[in-house]
Amino acid sequence: MTIGLSHYLTVAAILFTIGVLGIFVNRRNVIVILMSIELILLAVNINLVSFSVFLHDVVGQIYALVVLTVAAAEAAVGLAILVTFFRWRGSIAVDDASVMRG
Amino acid sequence: MLLQAIAFYLLAATTVVAALAVISARNPVHSVLFLITAFFSAAGLFVLLGAEFLAMILVVVYVGAVAVLFLFVVMMLDVDFAELRRGSSRYLPVGLGVAGVLTIEMIVVAVSVAANGAAANSTGPESLGVRTVGTAGSATNAEAIGRVLYTDYVYIFQAAGVVLLIAMIGAIVLTLKHRVGVKRQDVGRQTARTPATGMRIVSIRSGEGIEE
Repeated sequence: MTIGLSHYLTVAAILFTIGVLGIFVNRRNVIVILMSIELILLAVNINLVSFSVFLHDVVGQIYALVVLTVAAAEAAVGLAILVTFFRWRGSIAVDDASVMRG
Repeated sequence: MLLQAIAFYLLAATTVVAALAVISARNPVHSVLFLITAFFSAAGLFVLLGAEFLAMILVVVYVGAVAVLFLFVVMMLDVDFAELRRGSSRYLPVGLGVAGVLTIEMIVVAVSVAANGAAANSTGPESLGVRTVGTAGSATNAEAIGRVLYTDYVYIFQAAGVVLLIAMIGAIVLTLKHRVGVKRQDVGRQTARTPATGMRIVSIRSGEGIEE
């Protein structure tokens, strides 16, 4: 019973789909949407790392490292925007974010 | 081999179940905790693949920093989360349909890529993902990453640092709030003070006070 590349890719595909579904289901809650984006990026990272390992090329892991960095930065800035938005409107519902005037 | 399969299925199942719990939990604090679980088991999958360095980075960055940031924000904001969930089931059928189609398509593509793609005849994680070009034979995972990251991809590495710096500055600028009426230290004024401006000699005649 060998665990091959297809097993890891399947896990990544399921994880990616769960992330997309999370955006559909929690359409109004920005915090859960940000968490869903993190799940999607984790699925991308699993893909990159498994291809890197099975192709014997470590560059894929460096790309995964860059994705990790960008994901962390995205979470920090997203949550900062969320805090500012909450101070302004007293709510974090996506529906309330319909004007661009600050 | 069997142990590896058992570990893989255990970690994969934990990751998927935790991810499902993230998007379906009623309490966002539970969502964050399940997110930590998902990332932790994904780190286990990375270890199983032989990418130990990335696994450790995943634990440190996500469990140590991002998840705590999420927890902090969830607990700081006083939001009625039950109200936010109202009407979300309206999108559930469409979402489930799209998700089902997406999963099936991606799994079909993944299986066919694994069977016929560039990695079709790969021997798998036994070689620990060491880049064969430019590195000496059997290096550890961290050493292999370091050899490539600090030479061929040093500009990417620097760019990642710039991304983090800009994110930090952006987060500070967004959340910094200047309140009026708060007495605070003004270092510039303090250091600009000289004996000439900080002191005034008044000669007082006896019997009279001084006026301001």
